[in-house]
Amino acid sequence: MSKLNLSKTWNYAAATESTNHILLKEKYDLFINGEFVKSNSKKYFDTINPATDEVIAKISEANKKDIDLAVKSAKIAFRRWSKLKAKERGKYIFRIARMIQERAKEFAVIESMDGGKPIRESRDVDIPLAANHFFYYAGWADKLEYAFPNKTPKPLGVAGQIIPWNFPLLMAAWKIAPAIACGNTVVLKPAETTSLTALKLAEIIQESGLPKGVVNIVTGAGNTGAEIVNHPDIDKIAFTGSTNVGKLIQKSISGTKKKSTLELGGKGANIIFEDAAIDQAVEGIVNAIFFNQGHVCCAGSRLFVQESVANIVIEKLKDRMSSLIVGNPLDKNTDIGAINSKEQLATINKYIKIGQEEGGEIYQSKCSISKKGNWCPPTLFLNVSQSHTIVQEEIFGPVLAIQTFRTIDEVIEKANNTPFGLSAGVWTEKGSKIFKLTQELNAGVVWANTYNKFDPTSPFGGFKESGFGREGGLHGLKAYLKFE
Amino acid sequence: MERIDVLKTYKIFIGGKFPRTESGRYFHVKNDTGELLANMCLSSRKDFRNAVVAARKVQKSWESASALNKGQVLYRIAEMLEGRKSQFMDELMMSGSSKIAAKKEVEQSIDRLIYYAGWSDKFQQIFSSVNPVASSHFNFSVPQAMGVVSVIAPNKFSLLGLVSVVAPVIVGGNTCIVLSSEENPMVSISFAEVLNTSDVPHGVVNILTGKRKELISHFASHKDVNAIIYCGHNNKELNEIEKLSVENLKRVKIYKRKNWGDQKNQSPYFIERSQEIKTIWHPTEV
Repeated sequence: MSKLNLSKTWNYAAATESTNHILLKEKYDLFINGEFVKSNSKKYFDTINPATDEVIAKISEANKKDIDLAVKSAKIAFRRWSKLKAKERGKYIFRIARMIQERAKEFAVIESMDGGKPIRESRDVDIPLAANHFFYYAGWADKLEYAFPNKTPKPLGVAGQIIPWNFPLLMAAWKIAPAIACGNTVVLKPAETTSLTALKLAEIIQESGLPKGVVNIVTGAGNTGAEIVNHPDIDKIAFTGSTNVGKLIQKSISGTKKKSTLELGGKGANIIFEDAAIDQAVEGIVNAIFFNQGHVCCAGSRLFVQESVANIVIEKLKDRMSSLIVGNPLDKNTDIGAINSKEQLATINKYIKIGQEEGGEIYQSKCSISKKGNWCPPTLFLNVSQSHTIVQEEIFGPVLAIQTFRTIDEVIEKANNTPFGLSAGVWTEKGSKIFKLTQELNAGVVWANTYNKFDPTSPFGGFKESGFGREGGLHGLKAYLKFE
Repeated sequence: MERIDVLKTYKIFIGGKFPRTESGRYFHVKNDTGELLANMCLSSRKDFRNAVVAARKVQKSWESASALNKGQVLYRIAEMLEGRKSQFMDELMMSGSSKIAAKKEVEQSIDRLIYYAGWSDKFQQIFSSVNPVASSHFNFSVPQAMGVVSVIAPNKFSLLGLVSVVAPVIVGGNTCIVLSSEENPMVSISFAEVLNTSDVPHGVVNILTGKRKELISHFASHKDVNAIIYCGHNNKELNEIEKLSVENLKRVKIYKRKNWGDQKNQSPYFIERSQEIKTIWHPTEV
């Protein structure tokens, strides 16, 4: 097939988003009881721009004493917050939604600087969805009795919430909005590499007039998280992150009265049938695995292509990969930004090495990569099977493992043959096939002829070792209520 | 020299514009002491028919706006109303409300808009179902807007009553033509000004002032109106509406409530009353 190649004559001019309008402090303290306070640890760690290796700001490290203060303030705030008229509770949350909308651009730029994701994604996905999430759950505050007929829903108390670095503000919204709408108070810990937008959210929360202590935001790494999980006055743990840490948390709260919801890892099967719209499906494959550098728990990291169309799909996919722009996250042309951290880059590279050692055939798109920062070109592996490590384990990077199949029963069997069960994708123009697959696939979310779609009204969460509980939609309320 | 006040001309609200009634007629609105408050438009059949055209024209696009968008528009109405709270209180007090009652009515109206803004992307989750049919089909039922709804607004609670009836109609994707309170119509036209500065697409809400006696038959008989909501207790009016609505099997919803301030008079069922239910079958066998 002859290809039109314009890359030599036409290059994209840089279209870099300006950073001169953002407000950042040099140092960020902990947000406890409505105020920014210094940590008792007196320690700060750097938050680094993964595209340039530059230090953006210093972030406070919360220790046991800080967590104790945060939980106490949440516990005291709970008394009044849970008794406040539900519609007034809702109004505070509406305010937060509106204020995020007003400052959306600033948040988008900071999100891309701190996390490495392309500005197009933070601008069009992360930030608007975060605002919409608050808007959606604000509306539920005074309507809970309609969601659970014949029950009297009551809040749980203090929720300890620990979130990952892949969608920093969005995950904060997913956690905080339903929790406080239901009348709980929270202590939230962002991931150590991406604390900034959560701390900016703390500023908004302060400006919104939300009663003190309803939301506390504490920063730090794993140890800080452990202090939250183990604090005796925490009533509920909501965790999004790796399956390993999820299991550790579940172990440490066993035997206590703490409730939990876990949103963990995945190894999503993305299934392309021969009767799919091929070009659309190729676009879908790209979106499924390369969206947010593949730092997506529901990424379509296992591709299953029906044998009869495998050659053409793979050829088109390689073509498409070669046109993806890897580079400056703040450039509006960028498709794939920086890998979130050095540690994560090392993990991805480890898996790429294992994939090759185990006999996989690697293909990476050629792209010039800056010497500074953390980068990984879009990568795919052919000649792999169910037993390969890169087919079984979550890589959390832009690495796709491709297998082929002949029959529908075969692909269902293969897709379900994993301890995970978070997501799956199906590509076919035949409606009945879609519904057959959606019924048979053991995954919490199944996308048909689309992938990586999120909405505040739509429940999200996994089967099996991808965790339990749902976030989003009516079902997301249940994680923060008890029924007496 | 003493400054002379500029008095407001109250017109009607059709398709995002404020025309005078084509009939050229008016009626007096007076306060308790008989003092003239305003000359209101005495809307005609022709005004109503124009409003139906405006409402029909925008209905599909309003319905297909995302639930999120509709919710934000309703929230925006509340924001605008909050900013003009004192104006609405003044208007309600001019026509006899006490200050306390006026404040309460305006605040409840704002809160009710927020309440229905919140339902925009939730009522579907309450009223939809997946139906476990015995055959190999995926079968589900979802609400869908009825279309154009004519509304005879409550006479008492001229603002809160209007908001309580209109908000659930439009949040569900319908468009409407409202006959305002006959006793105190001024506030409804001021509310139209709020709607017109709140990102509500032109024609989604149309508001007429006038006499029930003259207009009810048109509200009930128009063939391009899908449903009618009647607020009141007059059995003669009700009978007329029920009879005339039969012609195109217009859905008739009757609200005999007296106290629109009561929290019981807000619920998702107000939305559901102007929704049809659509059931969809899809095979699941390959």
